[in-house]
Amino acid sequence: MADKVLMKGNEAIAEAAIVAGCRHYFGYPITPQTEIAAYMAKRMPKIGGCFLQAESEIAAINMVYGVASTGLRVMTSSSSPGISLKGEGLSYLAGADLPSLVVNVQRGGPGLGGIQPSQSDYFQATKGGAHGDFHMIVLAPASVQEMADLTVHGFDLADKYRMTSMILADGTMGQMMEPVSLDLEVKPMPEKPWATTGTKLQRKHNITNSLSLDPEELEMLNFKRYERYKVIEENEVMYEEYMMEDAEICIAAFGIASRVAKNAITEARKMGIKVGLIRPITLWPFPTAPFKAAADKVHTFISVELSMGQMIEDVRLATECRRPVKLVNRAGGMIPSPEQILEAIKEANKNGGAN
Amino acid sequence: MEFKRMTLLAGHYGSGKTNIAVNLAFSLKKRYDNVVVADMDIVNPYFRTKDSTEDFEKAGIKLIASRFAGSNVDLPSLPQEMYSLTDDKTCHAILDIGGDERGALVLGRYAPMIQEEGDYEMLFVFNSARPLTPDADSAIEVMREIEWAGKIPFTGIVNNTNIGEETTPETVISSMKKAEELCEKTGLPILMTTVHERIFSSLEDKIPNLYPLKLQAKIL
Repeated sequence: MADKVLMKGNEAIAEAAIVAGCRHYFGYPITPQTEIAAYMAKRMPKIGGCFLQAESEIAAINMVYGVASTGLRVMTSSSSPGISLKGEGLSYLAGADLPSLVVNVQRGGPGLGGIQPSQSDYFQATKGGAHGDFHMIVLAPASVQEMADLTVHGFDLADKYRMTSMILADGTMGQMMEPVSLDLEVKPMPEKPWATTGTKLQRKHNITNSLSLDPEELEMLNFKRYERYKVIEENEVMYEEYMMEDAEICIAAFGIASRVAKNAITEARKMGIKVGLIRPITLWPFPTAPFKAAADKVHTFISVELSMGQMIEDVRLATECRRPVKLVNRAGGMIPSPEQILEAIKEANKNGGAN
Repeated sequence: MEFKRMTLLAGHYGSGKTNIAVNLAFSLKKRYDNVVVADMDIVNPYFRTKDSTEDFEKAGIKLIASRFAGSNVDLPSLPQEMYSLTDDKTCHAILDIGGDERGALVLGRYAPMIQEEGDYEMLFVFNSARPLTPDADSAIEVMREIEWAGKIPFTGIVNNTNIGEETTPETVISSMKKAEELCEKTGLPILMTTVHERIFSSLEDKIPNLYPLKLQAKIL
C-alpha cells in the first residue's frame, strides 16, 4: 500500500477524480471549493488532461455535457450559488441520460450568502436539482478519505446508470486536512455504445439530446428513467450505523454534522444515555430502511443539520412519523456545537419520546 | 533558533505555515516585548492566524489581519497597518504569507522595504507528505514560483513534514533525507524541523534544531 498523504478535502476530490480516469475538468472559481480547480490547473497539464476555467458556471456545465456525450469521464465543481447556475445544465444532462460528476462544496445561503460551511442545498440536491422529473445520485462524505472514496464511487455509479453523481460536501469538509490513502479501487468503465465517438461509417449516428418532439415518447423516456431510479434505490443505498445496537435515541446526521454528533454521543454515553447515529452516505437514494427499522426501537429521532431543517423531512417520511423527530441546527454558515446536541439528547432522554 | 527582526513564512498551501507562525510568535514573545503577527493570507478562507486572536491578546502579541478574515466575505484586502511592520523597527514580526505563488503575490508590495532593511529570514515551509511537494524537485518548483511572485528569495528551510494526527516519529525521520536533498539543491540551510509536541521527546536527540509545535484549536 502506498503511503498516506496529507490533503485538503477539496484536493482529495480532485486527485481521486484523476485516479478514476477523469481527464476533463471545467469550472469557475468560488469559495470554499476553489482548491479543486486550483489543483486541477496544476495537475491536468502534467498528465495530458484538460483543465479549463470557463467564462461562467453555465458554460462549464455545458462543456461537461459535451465531453460526457463522448463517453469520457468528466467533472465540474462549484459551491452553492454556482450550483444554482448549473441547474439548467444538470437537467439537460438528466434529459440526455449522460454520466457526469458534479461537486457542491456548500456555503451559507440563500442568495450570495457567505463563504462559511452549510448543508442548506440538501433539498436542491436530493429533490431533483432543477426543472423536470429527475434525480441525481447524491453522496455525502464525512472525512477527507471519503471525499476521495466517494468521488471514485460517484464516477462508477454515474457510468453504470448514465446519470449525474453529485458529491454534496460543505465548506469545512472541503477545507479541512486529514491523512488520505490514494490507493483507490477503480472499477473498469462500462461499454458506452451510445457515445458520440464517430461512426467510422460502421453504425448509425449516436445523438445525445434532451428534446423530444413527441409527448408520448417523452413520457416513455420518463417512465424508463424512473424504472432505473427504482433499481438504484434498491441496490445503491449507503449508510453508517454508529452505536445503534441498544440505542433509545437516534441521531440523523450526514457530513460534518455527523462528526460533531459523534462527539456529543460520546459525552452522552458517559452519562449513561443510550444514543446512536444513522449517517446517510447516499442522500439520494435515502436510507429509508434503517430509519424505518430504528423507529421500532428508539423513542426519539434528532436530526442535526447545518440548515433550517431539510433532511428532517426525509427522516419523518422514512419513519412514517411514528416517533417525534427533533431538530438541532445552525444556519447561515454556523456549525452546531457538541454541547448543543448534547442538550437535545438530554432533553429527549428526560421526555422519553413524549412530545 | 536566533530570530531576525522579521521572520517570513511561505510555502505550498497546507504546508503548516499558520501553525508555525502562531507557535513562533509565542517563542518570540518570551524574548522580546514588542511582537507582531501579520496574517498576510488573502487566499485561504478558513483556518487562519486570526483564529488565535484571543490567545494573542492574552499574551500581549499584536495581530495585524484583514478585518474580513474569518468573515462571510472573500475580500483579498490587507489593512494599511501592515506598513507598520517595516516602519516600526522596534518590533519583532512573524509574517504568515498565503500559500503558493498566488498567496505570495501580496509580499511583493512590502518586499523592497524588507530587503532594504535586510534584517529578515524568508523561510520555506516544507511538508513532503503533501501530494504536490513529495520531493525536493517539486518543492523547488513551488519555491521558484513563490520567489517570483513575492520578490524575496528564500534564506532557509523549515521541515514540517507531517500527516496530521497519524504522524509518527518515523514519518519525520524518513522526511529528513528529502529535506537534506532540498537543502543541498538550493544551498539553503534547514533552520529547523517542526514536530507536534506529542512526538517531540522521541525525536529530540535524533534531529538537530527540533522545535515542538502546539496545534491551533480545531473545530472537531
